[in-house]
Amino acid sequence: MKTALPASVSFNPRTLVYYRDLILVLLAKEFKVRYKSTFMGYAWSVMHPLVMALIFFTVFSVVMRFRIDAYALYLIAGLFPWQWLVNTANSANFYFLGNATLIKKVRFHRAMLVLAGVLNEAAHFVVSIPVIVGFMVYYGKAPQLDWLWALPALALVQLALTCGVGLVIATSNLFFRDLERLVTLLAHVLFYLTPIMYPADKVPAEFTWVFYANPFASIVLCWQGLFYHGEIPAVYFGVALTWALGWLACGLLVYSKNVWRFAEIV
Amino acid sequence: MSDDVAIRFHHVSKQYHVGSPVSAGFKNLLLHLPSQIKAIRLRKPFCALRDVSFEVRRGECLGVIGSNGAGKSTTLGLIAGVLRPSSGTVEAFGRICPLLELGAGFHNELNGRENIVLNGILLGLTRSEVMDRVQDIIAFSELEHFIDAPLRTYSSGMVARLGFSVAVHLNPNILLVDEALAVGDEAFQKKCLRRMQQFRDVRTTMVFVSHDMTSVAQISDRVALIEGGCLVEIGEPSGVIHSYRNRGRAA
Repeated sequence: MKTALPASVSFNPRTLVYYRDLILVLLAKEFKVRYKSTFMGYAWSVMHPLVMALIFFTVFSVVMRFRIDAYALYLIAGLFPWQWLVNTANSANFYFLGNATLIKKVRFHRAMLVLAGVLNEAAHFVVSIPVIVGFMVYYGKAPQLDWLWALPALALVQLALTCGVGLVIATSNLFFRDLERLVTLLAHVLFYLTPIMYPADKVPAEFTWVFYANPFASIVLCWQGLFYHGEIPAVYFGVALTWALGWLACGLLVYSKNVWRFAEIV
Repeated sequence: MSDDVAIRFHHVSKQYHVGSPVSAGFKNLLLHLPSQIKAIRLRKPFCALRDVSFEVRRGECLGVIGSNGAGKSTTLGLIAGVLRPSSGTVEAFGRICPLLELGAGFHNELNGRENIVLNGILLGLTRSEVMDRVQDIIAFSELEHFIDAPLRTYSSGMVARLGFSVAVHLNPNILLVDEALAVGDEAFQKKCLRRMQQFRDVRTTMVFVSHDMTSVAQISDRVALIEGGCLVEIGEPSGVIHSYRNRGRAA
């Protein structure tokens, strides 16, 4: 039995129940801590993207007088999914590092820490969807029937993407303790390389390759397609899926190559 | 014969790479790339355990003593299955439960009851298995009046009580204790020692790392002395403790 990884899953029913419980209890912990006073907790988690939207709206629509149709909705449609991505990337630094004593002493599937963190950020996005719908209604749009499959599909792609990114960052930060700063910096750069405050179609054609090369841009474009344009761009969906699976594969590789050293270096 | 053995170390060695240059950070690595790569290639492994072999029988309590950095925690880590030996084999049979350091696996903002569930699941029980034990755990900890208050309002002794209470109610086959009894008042420490006696009666194997020779002598059936990564002596408690003290005097 010693040959099994601390990362091993043997498929008997109790193990499955156990991992379900582990994920649920880790998720519940995060939620209880963040939503201790229920209303303020919710307000805080939607406040950040809303304030950013307000700033961009003031700067570009009021001051600079750019004319973009339903600009507030456009901003919201990109900022909320972006927030999910960047919050995961930032908190991923501490998924393992913040559980040092557990990793040193207890044998359990360490990837669960990442999965719980990633699901937690996803849940914050899900509860903010009503806010997005509110903006849609204000601009005379409504959720369509195709949301029934499109929303879960996009959410799954982004979940896979954040799992991959989360695994890479959480693992790497054990080895490079200053990764956190680099991640913050990169997230900033990627933000401006993603059409969130400016519309993608205003970008000259010779630069659109950036949106393919930026691992976070294609999925944001898909969300904007869903919430703003009313149609998901098929090409970007393909690109987003590719990035997501690529990151997931990379994350699992980095994780499984190093998981045995966690307890030594944490 | 073999199902009488709970833990078996067979020629176990464990090496670490100390002072890994990358731990100084990513920036440092990039700024001094050539010298850093050289450092990585030239780094010497540190040998935390060398060629250690021993067996612990089921129901036995093994005390582990030795000076700081001798390899005691590495031994526990190998038993717990969080470390992998560089060579040799480690076998441990049954559910292993480490007694965690103060507050590990707890969250300050959750109340006592929620923390019992969190901790129990982290230590390997399913939720329903924890729920079956919650009342016993609370009763053993004697924290009934505080159990619905957030953990941040607890004193460190109370947190230790809660942690110990969870751990001893998991019915582990192997209990790993690493210097965890130091907190808690005298009455509770006595209670813990009594509980550990009960564990022996139900044939729970224990590995007990401590610098407190009195409690080591009191609980252990056998004691292992580890120095510089080598198993120097293993055997009857008073003899091994005596030679540990003599080594200290000689040095």
